[in-house]
Amino acid sequence: MNPLLTRLAPKWAVAQVPVYSIVLAFAVAAAVIIVSSAFTRTGFDPLLPLAAYARLLAGSFGSGTAIANTLVSAAPLMFGGLAVGLGLKAGLFNIGVAGQFLVGAFAAAVTGAALATSPTIVGMPLAILAGAAGGAAFGFIPGYLKARTGAHEVVTTIMLNSAAALLLTWAVNDLVRAPGFSFPRTGEIGQSALPVLGRNLHLGIAFAIAAIFVIRWILDRTTLGFEIRTVGANPSAARYAGMRPVFITALTMTISGLLAGLAGAIQILGVTGFYAPGITASVGFDSIAVALLGRSDPIGILFAAILFGAFRAGAPLMQIETSVPIEVIDIIQALVILFLAADLIVRKVFRVRAPKVEITEMATVTGSWGGTPPSAAR
Amino acid sequence: MDLLAIPRLIWELLVYLFLVMPDLLPIILGLATPLALGALCGVLNERSGVVNIGIEGIMLMAAFFGYLTGFALNDSLGSFPAILAGVAVAVATGAVLGLLHAWLTVSVRADQIIAGTMMNIAAFGVTGYLNRLIITPSGRGGAGVLPQFDLPHQLASMPVIGPILSMFLDQGPIAMSVLVLVLVSQFALFRTRWGLRTRAVGEHPKAADTVGIDVFRQRYMNVIIGCAIAGLAGAYLTLESTGAFQNGMTNGRGFIALAAVIFGRWTPIGSFLGALLFGTATAFGFIVIVRPAEGDLGALMKSIPTYWYAALPYLMTVVILAGVVGRSTPPAADGIPYAKEGKG
Repeated sequence: MNPLLTRLAPKWAVAQVPVYSIVLAFAVAAAVIIVSSAFTRTGFDPLLPLAAYARLLAGSFGSGTAIANTLVSAAPLMFGGLAVGLGLKAGLFNIGVAGQFLVGAFAAAVTGAALATSPTIVGMPLAILAGAAGGAAFGFIPGYLKARTGAHEVVTTIMLNSAAALLLTWAVNDLVRAPGFSFPRTGEIGQSALPVLGRNLHLGIAFAIAAIFVIRWILDRTTLGFEIRTVGANPSAARYAGMRPVFITALTMTISGLLAGLAGAIQILGVTGFYAPGITASVGFDSIAVALLGRSDPIGILFAAILFGAFRAGAPLMQIETSVPIEVIDIIQALVILFLAADLIVRKVFRVRAPKVEITEMATVTGSWGGTPPSAAR
Repeated sequence: MDLLAIPRLIWELLVYLFLVMPDLLPIILGLATPLALGALCGVLNERSGVVNIGIEGIMLMAAFFGYLTGFALNDSLGSFPAILAGVAVAVATGAVLGLLHAWLTVSVRADQIIAGTMMNIAAFGVTGYLNRLIITPSGRGGAGVLPQFDLPHQLASMPVIGPILSMFLDQGPIAMSVLVLVLVSQFALFRTRWGLRTRAVGEHPKAADTVGIDVFRQRYMNVIIGCAIAGLAGAYLTLESTGAFQNGMTNGRGFIALAAVIFGRWTPIGSFLGALLFGTATAFGFIVIVRPAEGDLGALMKSIPTYWYAALPYLMTVVILAGVVGRSTPPAADGIPYAKEGKG
């Protein structure tokens, strides 16, 4: 047998269900586009999905600028995907990436604006650190509550997302509004911006890729990573082995929030340049899809983030030129998750015989629904 | 600051609450309605052992398709029949999505939290997609809203009793149906054969199976009925309360409903009280702006930014969950798919 094939075979065994899920999602979304085209002014058009997908591809990989756009959109998703994926490894479902992203973005924007005139080497790292700290603090709250009281992170993080959006709107309006603009926003970040590498590619992408490998190293090579995975797989066993599920739960949510905060920080320092209420918020839900598609594995998350980054980068061109609404991206995402969750469908359609690869961590997530805190795990 | 400042503020707050009661009470039930109906969906689902975090998405889809129906039929049928058709379609949308959730969680045994997340993302995508494609370009509105029941003026203006009566009776039909649905569900869940079976498959599906209860059928039935009720919550949003559709208009209500389920310890009446509590918190945020307090209390309340009042229900949900959840017990088989032996 071809040696290359022998090496790739086990990787394909893991990747085939996600890859087939994407194919199937595009096929079903195509049907949605065709059917819905009948209700528009242009009328029924069976070839519309082809045109739309071609524009999507052109807008995401068709030119140097398009590829740069894809990577710029992918960078926060790498951080966000890692945030969700790391949580899943510990049996935690962090739906709060959207809120932690906002807090991180706000902290980075305010710090960056305060240091706008200091040299980049001072202002930029401090602004990034502020974003990381903001996200970490906002991730710590649900982590601590889950660990101590068993309040399920799925509900608390969603509530904190809404609260963060409202309170940050207040903060921008009343506390840090920059003078001289027609709408409430933070000040110019000036020298604190991330250096641009070429076209609109900023340094944050390098940070995001570095984060992929750092998290991979932590998960695979450190005691902390081992503890995180053990708590996720079986909290009781972890406790009998002398680990501290309470501590690990709170810490994992904090790191998860930190990663989400970094996503917000690089988005501000590399793309938007300021914080204004209403920015976002697709990163939150996109990150969940990225983590599930990447099977919580950092390398898988890398590829999934590039894919979804390509969607976000290419979708505007698709909407402008074929008038297929941008929201088709959300539909494709939901379908990908659907086919991953119900991989039975994928197996039937593509006659895959590979062993069922369960998203094992989710058993802990769902099992803790009723509020058994890790401190009282049986 | 003198010694009596804080007791005096509390006294002023109580007086203030009493004074604004006639304004506060009538809007509470309306604000609580989508939460209460969503929570009822959660109770019926989780009592049978199925976790449903997709209530938010189901509400949103039902709200949209109900609105779309009214929008499409308004010209041919007239406003009122179009709205009625819209409500029916919203409930049916909920039931169909319930069927999907039941199929995923009961038959396919997919992870229930992932299935719910999928529902939420799909709802956001599908409604946003069709809204941009069909409703926005048309430039016209929907079929309007269901007519409100007007309490006779003599009753509504009675002291103390008036506001309480108008809280429950000066409402639209869906809001008024909440109380009925809650009481019927409470009775059905704890006093009928169906309820006993529901609780049996939610607590110990294997035992239920052994005595001849069809676990799958029972769970399907509960999820579908529950989600149809969540569909009614969606209809409330677009066809009774606002008369318009906005992307993502459920705005976390499905998740607050889940908190109300836990707060109410998986009972219909308890979760209804939880929904009323959140409704009160939201209503309070409106009232302090419309009818500001006077004196020291007024100065204090004015110093709190309005965004803080708006964030109050969300923060309260977190606090209540943290305080209550450890001391409440969910159905034992909640979230766990059931597989017959030998069919793993």
